[in-house]
Amino acid sequence: MSVRIDLLPKKKYVMPGNSACAGCGMMIGLKILGMALGEEAVLSIPASCASVVQGLGPKSGIAMPILNVPFASAASVATGISEAFKQLGVNGKAVVWAGDGGTADIGFAAVSAAAERNSDVLYIMYDNEAYMNTGIQRSSETPKGAWTTTTPTGKREAKKDVALILLAHGVPYVATASIAYPQDLYRKIKRASEIRGFKFIHLFAPCPPGWLFDPSLTVEVARKAVETGAFILWEYDNGEFKLNPPSSSLVDKKRRKPLTEYLKLQGRFAHLTEEQIRQMEEEIDHKWEFLLKFAQAASRR
Amino acid sequence: MRALAVLKTALTGNYAVAHAVKMARPHVIAAYPITPQTTIVEKLSEFVERGELKASFVNVESEFSALAVVYGAAMAGARSFTATSSHGLFYMYEMLWWAAGSRAPIVMAVVTRTIGPPWNIHDEHNDILAIRDSGWAIAMASSVQEAFDLTVQAFKLAERAYVPVAVGLDGFVLSHTVETVELPPQEVVDKFLPPRNPDLPLRLRPGEPIAMGNLPSDDRIHAEHLKNIYKAHQEAKKLVKEIDSEYGELTGREYGGLVERFELEGAKYAVICMGAWCGDAKEAVKSLRREGVPVGLMRLRFVRPFPDEEVEALSDLDKVVVFDRDITPAGGILGREVASVLGRDKVVNVVAGLAGVDFKAEEFRKAVKHAIEGEERLMLL
Repeated sequence: MSVRIDLLPKKKYVMPGNSACAGCGMMIGLKILGMALGEEAVLSIPASCASVVQGLGPKSGIAMPILNVPFASAASVATGISEAFKQLGVNGKAVVWAGDGGTADIGFAAVSAAAERNSDVLYIMYDNEAYMNTGIQRSSETPKGAWTTTTPTGKREAKKDVALILLAHGVPYVATASIAYPQDLYRKIKRASEIRGFKFIHLFAPCPPGWLFDPSLTVEVARKAVETGAFILWEYDNGEFKLNPPSSSLVDKKRRKPLTEYLKLQGRFAHLTEEQIRQMEEEIDHKWEFLLKFAQAASRR
Repeated sequence: MRALAVLKTALTGNYAVAHAVKMARPHVIAAYPITPQTTIVEKLSEFVERGELKASFVNVESEFSALAVVYGAAMAGARSFTATSSHGLFYMYEMLWWAAGSRAPIVMAVVTRTIGPPWNIHDEHNDILAIRDSGWAIAMASSVQEAFDLTVQAFKLAERAYVPVAVGLDGFVLSHTVETVELPPQEVVDKFLPPRNPDLPLRLRPGEPIAMGNLPSDDRIHAEHLKNIYKAHQEAKKLVKEIDSEYGELTGREYGGLVERFELEGAKYAVICMGAWCGDAKEAVKSLRREGVPVGLMRLRFVRPFPDEEVEALSDLDKVVVFDRDITPAGGILGREVASVLGRDKVVNVVAGLAGVDFKAEEFRKAVKHAIEGEERLMLL
């Protein structure tokens, strides 16, 4: 299924004048979520950038119902909403909109439990690869080598692959997505919302002040991450694994753009030596190999 | 209504709570096991599995998530319940405040237990008292029957005051002790506890934009909200009495509201205590009365809202002996709470029964006598 961008719903769910930073990648994602599920979703949002850019209470600049919740609780709160709706006969989708810290770090036990229970929740992790709300501290989603305020000489450890970990829980739907490919994201949200059970979308969402790039380049940075193979678009739908375009044509690494095209746009990688970049390329190759083998093993069809 | 058949049966405190929850017809239950709470939710999961209770039973990975699940359910309009003890209650700490701050009408059983180290599963009140400033209403039963009654009443209080309610019962002393219990007919509970309004404290429905908990445009909005929680607790004082009376009319069991008064007529001294051991304290009071000591007893059924007015009514007495089954670096919690109403000169605080150490009627009798005759303000027994 392909989605034409001019046919996407026109109603705005993210109002202008909100307090997000210029060029915020997460807010692009939230707009797409509104287009896809604006009339059906009830959001649980844990402590994150998303919890502070909604507009100032008692008003809100997001035209969806939102329950703001403690940092580690979103997957569980959404489970409660989902079970309440089931018991009360309400048609609605419990959706979590959470950052990488709230998902992969502090909230991970609750995410894993919701997945293991197969609770009827759509969980979207917008990944800006650090604790941006508190001022750019390292998370388990920060890539190796990246500068943050708590890794001043670059992070030494690798990025945790949350989507694959969730896939290993045996849930019906897991996907990665990027704000640079809104039709793909829209389609994945729509598809996920048709499925009963736990659905997880890992959404790549660049952060201009956190990654140190010009706010006009958000989409460009996100696109380069995919085109260089640093971030891979894939989808696991009820036992079937597939790569999505353009990642599906980048299995042969010769077709990928040089990694430096992605790195050089961002100040957080400015300190890397050529040797470090070469290592990074090797690790990306390894990630592709691992993913493809994992995918083969995971696919039931 | 009393003509309807009452079922007289024998239950442990935990099973009595489970039966009360079942009769309250909750939509969502979530819990994580911890001794001595566990048999409440085991029984509830049986009720759900057997189809005797139409509800979602959610098994979670932690107490924090247990409260988060029932919180989400409550905010979406469902009647919801969880139960815990001790370390589990403390693992919920952040959610406790968030639930109260959201005015979520949740009911939670707290089966009281010591806090480690060392690991010890026996009874103490430090756990439930440690959440006293979180915005939850806190009640404490003194019998298996009252554990049942308070649980049913707690849903009504939560759903009228928009304050979450913790119902305490002493670990093992009540939770695992079988007593005779009268279960009211389901029709009586249904009459007492109609379905909750799913649209308060807010209406969380798809297609209806609203935001709960985003940053305030003005800190004064937040400040007003905090003052409103205080006001809700003041209002809850009246509601507790009304609910107790209404329940009494339907079931024949009325307890006295925020406190139970025992032998206070003509008393010069009063004992104040909370929980199951008040039964032993009452035996001691009876024995002292026989000796000619003019002593009565006030049992705290609620510590939040705190029965300030009821305690203040003891201000003409010579001495008030407050028993705490808890200890803090500043003394007993209830001792200090009572002293904040009556002044320090009037109060003797007895800290006893810590870590589940037995404290019987005879020990109560001796302690009260010693407190009345001596000059001590704090007795650590």
